[in-house]
Amino acid sequence: MPPVANTIVSILFDGLAWAMFLFIMSVGLSVTMGLMGVVNLAHGAFAMAGGYLVITATAKWGVPFLPSLLITFVAVGLVSVLLERSLYSQLYGASELDQVLLTIGLTFMVIAIYTYFYGPQPQSIRVPSYLLGELHLGDRSFPTYRVFLIVVGAALVAVLWYGFEGTKIGAMIRAAVDNRRMAQSVGINVDRLFTMTFAVGSGLAALGGGLASQLLGLTPSFAVIYLVFFLLVVAVGGSGSVWGTLAGALVLGISDTAGKYLFADAGSFVIYAVAVLILLVRPAGLYGRE
Amino acid sequence: MDASRPLAPAVGGDEVAAARSRALAFLVRRDRYRLAEGLPWIAAIAAFFIFPNQMILGGQTLIMILFALSLDLILGYAGIVTLGHAAYFGLGAYAAALLITDLHWSEPFSGLACAAVVAAIGGFFSGLILLRYRGLALLVLTLSTTIMLQQFGNLFRDFTGGYDGIPGITIAPLFGRFHYDLYGHTYYLYCLGVLFVASFVVRRIVYSPFGQALVGIRENDARMHALGSPVHWRLVVAYTISAAVAGVAGALFAQTNTLVTLGVFDFDQSAAVLMMLILGGAGWLYGGFVGATLYMVLQNELAKLSPEFWQFGIGALLIAVVLANRHRLFGRFARRVRALGFGAKP
Amino acid sequence: MKVIGAFAASFLTLWAAASHAETIKVGVVLPYSGANSDLGNQVDKAFDLYVKLHAKDLGDNKIELIKRDEGPPSGANARTVVTELITNDKVKLLAGFVFSPSAIAAAPLATQAKIPMLIANAGTAWITNLSPYIVRFSFSMWDPAYPMGTYAASKYGCKTAAAGFTDFPPGQDSTLAFKTAFEKAGGKVVDEVRMGSPGAVPDFTPFFQRVKDEHPDCFYVFVPSGSHAGGVMKTYGDLGMRQAGVKLVGPMDLIPDYQLAHMSDAAIGLVVMSSYSDDLDTPGNAEFVKAWHEAYGPDSYPDFMSAAGMDTMAGIFDVINTLHGNLDDGAKVVDTLKGWKHEGFRGPIQIDPQTRDVIQPERAEEVIKKADGKLGVKILETYPQVKDECKELKVGRCGS
Repeated sequence: MPPVANTIVSILFDGLAWAMFLFIMSVGLSVTMGLMGVVNLAHGAFAMAGGYLVITATAKWGVPFLPSLLITFVAVGLVSVLLERSLYSQLYGASELDQVLLTIGLTFMVIAIYTYFYGPQPQSIRVPSYLLGELHLGDRSFPTYRVFLIVVGAALVAVLWYGFEGTKIGAMIRAAVDNRRMAQSVGINVDRLFTMTFAVGSGLAALGGGLASQLLGLTPSFAVIYLVFFLLVVAVGGSGSVWGTLAGALVLGISDTAGKYLFADAGSFVIYAVAVLILLVRPAGLYGRE
Repeated sequence: MDASRPLAPAVGGDEVAAARSRALAFLVRRDRYRLAEGLPWIAAIAAFFIFPNQMILGGQTLIMILFALSLDLILGYAGIVTLGHAAYFGLGAYAAALLITDLHWSEPFSGLACAAVVAAIGGFFSGLILLRYRGLALLVLTLSTTIMLQQFGNLFRDFTGGYDGIPGITIAPLFGRFHYDLYGHTYYLYCLGVLFVASFVVRRIVYSPFGQALVGIRENDARMHALGSPVHWRLVVAYTISAAVAGVAGALFAQTNTLVTLGVFDFDQSAAVLMMLILGGAGWLYGGFVGATLYMVLQNELAKLSPEFWQFGIGALLIAVVLANRHRLFGRFARRVRALGFGAKP
Repeated sequence: MKVIGAFAASFLTLWAAASHAETIKVGVVLPYSGANSDLGNQVDKAFDLYVKLHAKDLGDNKIELIKRDEGPPSGANARTVVTELITNDKVKLLAGFVFSPSAIAAAPLATQAKIPMLIANAGTAWITNLSPYIVRFSFSMWDPAYPMGTYAASKYGCKTAAAGFTDFPPGQDSTLAFKTAFEKAGGKVVDEVRMGSPGAVPDFTPFFQRVKDEHPDCFYVFVPSGSHAGGVMKTYGDLGMRQAGVKLVGPMDLIPDYQLAHMSDAAIGLVVMSSYSDDLDTPGNAEFVKAWHEAYGPDSYPDFMSAAGMDTMAGIFDVINTLHGNLDDGAKVVDTLKGWKHEGFRGPIQIDPQTRDVIQPERAEEVIKKADGKLGVKILETYPQVKDECKELKVGRCGS
């Protein structure tokens, strides 16, 4: 393969893997924000909790890696419902500022609790050997775990696409994002919809946390250090939309990777510069409505 | 509004006329100084005598109060939520630091003025563009530009010192006479004086017609447009003033910390000041006082009790305040406090 | 009269005894919360363990550690807590400091209050110049990086090298030190890649892919010890860089002992320059590692930061005993520590009387699979007396 093509393949592949991670982490945040206008800064805390659950399940309880991801998705999703019903539900209609304060407070507490039980040392996860090493395709080789990440991401996109576009609940969610009052007046129980999307979104964040700890390591601070990226993806994509989140994740994931690959000095700038340029032109995001 | 000029003749009889005159009297009276407004200042001076060993913390608290006050102008009064106010704090801090280390000018007050000008220039030009946006877009725009500014500073390490920063920022004695002791007493009084002057200025702005226009924009921006108010320009001016005050806070930080690093641009910094302001109550001149003091002192004391897990306590406090607020537990108390005359929420 | 005399005598003895049995307060400044608190934790555990094991060595005197949170890596909190430790808690010594900015912010306070500041980690080379009251027991960033550059070019067969570093002062310093030595020994550094900030572990793939495509002989990587290190090894293994002929080298931060236990076989063959590892055959080290596991459990491992922490406490204990518990004169404490020699778990170390910085052995180590199937290290080369070359060569701020 000529070097230029080789470079492009590298960037696209690594960018796609990174974009899938960003998508899995951000999609729940985006839809809940679009649905109820809730700014949930504790979203990263669910991801962190998911990472620790996967590690505990695989290392302590002997659950294989793939089932433990599923368990994590369900368990964190259920716990998030408890929190949503007890804490978040008190905030509907409250000012954004109150939501920010409450969810940051929740994040602080969760970080302290996890530090207490797991300590501040980074935890490593043992992924099964069939996910390690490289896959050979033609004269190129690709890290297996990243291929796995892309496959999981693509599968989730397909499932969410069907759920959003092909089911009645999906139609109800879309209607409620478009116009909540109208949706309520035709008898849609928006509160219950919200609880459901919140649970799915938090479960997905937990799944993302479980998948990411192999790449990024896991400490209790995982709850906050990647939050900025999730906000970027949601804003660039436009809140309340699965497609928007996917588009935002792809644009930012691939441009971030390209920037880091191509510019030794200023690679970390690129993701922010791209986000700023897009938002200056389209303040509501790629798929948002003005 | 000129109080001596009668309003349009009453058409609805005595009651309307009485209501009008009450409203007029309110408008004239609302910016009067009330006795209770002296309380925070008395408390600040009392703290100086009661906790003489903790005046560095005291000084840092005063700086955060000033920073929160600057944010209040744009967030509390004009209703613009941003996540990048650390940019102006940082610009001010670096302006004050470089003035001393590179230009060898160490008189403290001119350092503050220089910082205010630099931060104001930054605020004006970024405000011109950024203030056309709202909501999530504005949050992410302000957040991203601040991070880019920080990374830019890291590229020009020879100039900014990178994350190790510029050490050895030593200001000349205050008024050429008062030296800075280890206990931070001089620093504290210096910060208190600056905060007092800045609060006075911000208070005048808030109660001026300009301040009322800002509140109008917060409450109903379309209507302000319809009234012919130059909404964008008003916001840019408010943002510039807010940036200048944040710059002064940053300069105070650089001067009293004697070290400024790129950490001043941290996202944490923008988030912390936002938390403090919301905690104390935005749109209220003394919100920063209450919030920053509560947060800083509690953080310091909790961290003494448990250096590892103090965040748990802070988190619990934030949640408790939001829920209590939601259930109006503080409602009566807050009304009492306001009735003492801290100035009604405009 | 006799009675009064006896009374006075007994009072005097009491007073004398009291003056000898001092409780020495030491202010410990470490990051206990936040994104990098794992680093503080390694030093904190070492301090506690040393005090536990050696409390009896102090005789009548006692030591009290007053722990305060160092706060964020920017050092913004350091001045507040250090001042309070000095003015409110009246500590006689300051110890700890993981982040260099914290040490830089605290340096003027140490000078002003004449309180010795004993650095147990912060590695920016020029910090020791900032105050005559600073003594460093840990390392300068140059200590491992400079010999690594020499070793890579002269013994490890690398003609070209790329450097990748976390973009903050320790990374920048470490890379400069490696480059200086590597090019002095005839090598050439072909690319320097900035790999994000210390706060969040980035996806290392694009950086590493770039270097893989450049095909240097050696790839020198500096990242903060902690979760970054795990990411580096995984990415290096995932991309098949060893098979592509790019040899990974770096300072010991790449394989902190508690991470090495969890690393995959991709780490085998990695060469680092290190002052300490759990496998080291120095006097007392095996007992130390055992005591550590007993105190903190089998999943907790001491590392180079812990070893430096133990040496810092050893220095404090020696000073207390030499000065009979009277640490009021900070200058005298520093004078006592100048030229201080100690048989640490790192091997023989010494405080340079001129620079007040540590002189220590550095070893080129290769990661191997041990007989028990776990990863360990094999020593390839030892540099017994490594001084901070930054100050020797007067590079940049080190010269002032």
